[in-house]
Amino acid sequence: MNEFDQMYREVILDHYKNPRGHGALEDADAHAEGQNPLCGDEVSIYVAFAADGETIEEVKFSGRGCAISQAATSMLTELVKGKKAAEVAALPKEALLDEIGIPLSPVRLKCAILGLGTLKVALHKAKGTPLPEEWAGFANELELK
Amino acid sequence: MAVTTAKLLDARLLRADFPVFEHPVHGKPLAYLDSASSTQKPRQVLDELRTFYETSYANVHRGVYDLAERATAAFEGAREKVRAYVNAPSAREVIFTRSTTEALNLVAYAWGLENLGPGDVVVITELEHHANFVPWQFVAERTGAAFRHIPIDDLGELQLDALDGIAASGRVKVVANNLVSNTLGTINPVEKLAVWAHEQGAIMVVDAAQAAPHRAVDVQALGCDFLAFSSHKLCGPTGVGALWGRAELLEAMSPFNFGGEMIRSVSLEKTTWNELPYKFEAGTPAIAEAVGFGAALDYVCAIGLDAIAAHEHELVAYAMERLAEVPGLKVFGPPADRRTGIVSFDLEGIHPHDVAQVLDFEGIAVRAGHHCTQPLMTRLGVVATTRASFYLYSLPEEIDRLIDGLHKVRKVLG
Repeated sequence: MNEFDQMYREVILDHYKNPRGHGALEDADAHAEGQNPLCGDEVSIYVAFAADGETIEEVKFSGRGCAISQAATSMLTELVKGKKAAEVAALPKEALLDEIGIPLSPVRLKCAILGLGTLKVALHKAKGTPLPEEWAGFANELELK
Repeated sequence: MAVTTAKLLDARLLRADFPVFEHPVHGKPLAYLDSASSTQKPRQVLDELRTFYETSYANVHRGVYDLAERATAAFEGAREKVRAYVNAPSAREVIFTRSTTEALNLVAYAWGLENLGPGDVVVITELEHHANFVPWQFVAERTGAAFRHIPIDDLGELQLDALDGIAASGRVKVVANNLVSNTLGTINPVEKLAVWAHEQGAIMVVDAAQAAPHRAVDVQALGCDFLAFSSHKLCGPTGVGALWGRAELLEAMSPFNFGGEMIRSVSLEKTTWNELPYKFEAGTPAIAEAVGFGAALDYVCAIGLDAIAAHEHELVAYAMERLAEVPGLKVFGPPADRRTGIVSFDLEGIHPHDVAQVLDFEGIAVRAGHHCTQPLMTRLGVVATTRASFYLYSLPEEIDRLIDGLHKVRKVLG
C-alpha cells in the first residue's frame, strides 16, 4: 500500500462515514467534552455503566472534525464497550493506535487520541479513576472539559 | 487563464533560483501553495548567507578590527535596504526585530503601556492576525483602555461606516490593521484609516507582513506611524523582521528590551539609552539573517514589485475561476481584483485537515487551520479553512493540480 492508501484505508473511511456509537446518552453516568483548538476538532463522550457500576455498557459520541478524529473515536467506542472503567483508565494510547493502524504525524496523533483522552477525563470525573500525568497534560492542551 | 499583453515576470525561469523545487514530495513535483505562511528561498539569498559567514562575519558595532567593521557595514547596509524598500525618511527609524510579531509587540508594550489608560480606545479589525490583535487586547486590558473592532462585511472587507460609532465611544488612541489580510487576501484601506486615526489623535499601526512581499509599500504614502514586516515571507531568512516608526514617536518611547547595545552609559545609579535605532536593539541581533534579508529585498526588487503583484493577481483570478468549478466549495473574501494572491475556502462537509492531507499526497502544500485569525473564523462561521497562497514562483498549472486534487478529496472523503 502507498502512504495515501494507508492513511485513508477502507476501515478509516468506513468509520468516518458510518460512525459507530454516534449520538448522545441522556442521563449519562459519565460525560466529557474535548476539543482541539488548533484544528477545531470536537468530541463529546457519553458513558452508561452496567448494574455493577463499573462495566461500560454503552458509549456514545458526537462531534465534528477531521476524518482521523471522528473515525478514531468511532473505533474507540467499539474498543471499550464491555470493559471496566479502571481498565479504560489504564488503557495505553497504543491500544487505540494499533486499531487505527496507520502512521500518524505528531499533529494528526492529537486528532487520533482526542476521543480516548476525552473518555478518560469523563471516567475520571465520574469514577475518580486515575488520570496519569500524560493525560492530565493532554487534557489541558486539548481543552478537555 | 487570462491572456496578458505584457509578460511581466517569468515564474518558470525564476523557479530555477529555488533549490527546493528540485526535490519531489511523495514522488511528485512540489506545488508549494503556502507562501503566505512562509516563502521558499532563492540561491541568491542562500549564497549571500554563506558568503557573509565565510568572509565577513563578526559581531556588529563594537569591534575595532576590520572584520567587525565589514560585518557592521553589511548589517547597516541591510537596514538602508529596508529603509529604501518602504520609502522611510531615515534609516534611524528602521529597527531590526525577530519578526513582525515582535515588532508589533514592541509597539504595543513600549508605546501602548505608557500612552493608554481608562477612557482611551484601541481599535483593531475583525480580520486581524493574532499578532496585531492579542498584544493590543492585552495592553488594553492592562491599562484600562477599551478594545474595539472594525467589523467586516460578507466579502471580508472593512465596514468603515462603523468608525463614527467607535469614535463616539471614547478617545481613540491606536488603530491597528493589516494592510493585507493573511487569511482572505483582502487589501485594506490603510490610507483612509490613517487619516481617520490622525483626526482622532490616534496612531496608525500597520501589519504589512502579507503586503510588503507582494506589492510596493510606501510608509509616507500610507500615512501610517508604525509598519512591520518579516524577512521570511519575502524570500529571506527566518528570525528577522523590521519595524519602521516615526522618529518622534520612537524617541519618546522607552526601550522594549534591555541589555547590551541599547545603552549609552550604565552606572550603579542610572542607565541612559542609546540613540535610534539601537535603543530598541538589545543584545546581538540576527546579523547574518539581516544581511540575508537585504539580499532578499534586492532579489524581489530586481524582479519588480509591480510585476510580482500583477503575476499574483493573474494567478488568484485564475484560481477563483477554477475553484468555482468544484461542487460544494465556497471561497471566502473579496473578488480577485481586491485581493492579493491568497484564497481561503471551505469544502462542504470535509475538514480542512483532511483536504490538506489528501493534497499533500499529491505533492501540493496548502495550509489548513484558523491561520491565527480565530475572530475571523468565528465571523465566517467556520472552525478552519483551507488556504492556498501564491508567490513569484507559482505557476498556473499548480492551480490545475490543486483543482484535480480537490476533486480527489471529494471522491475519497465526500
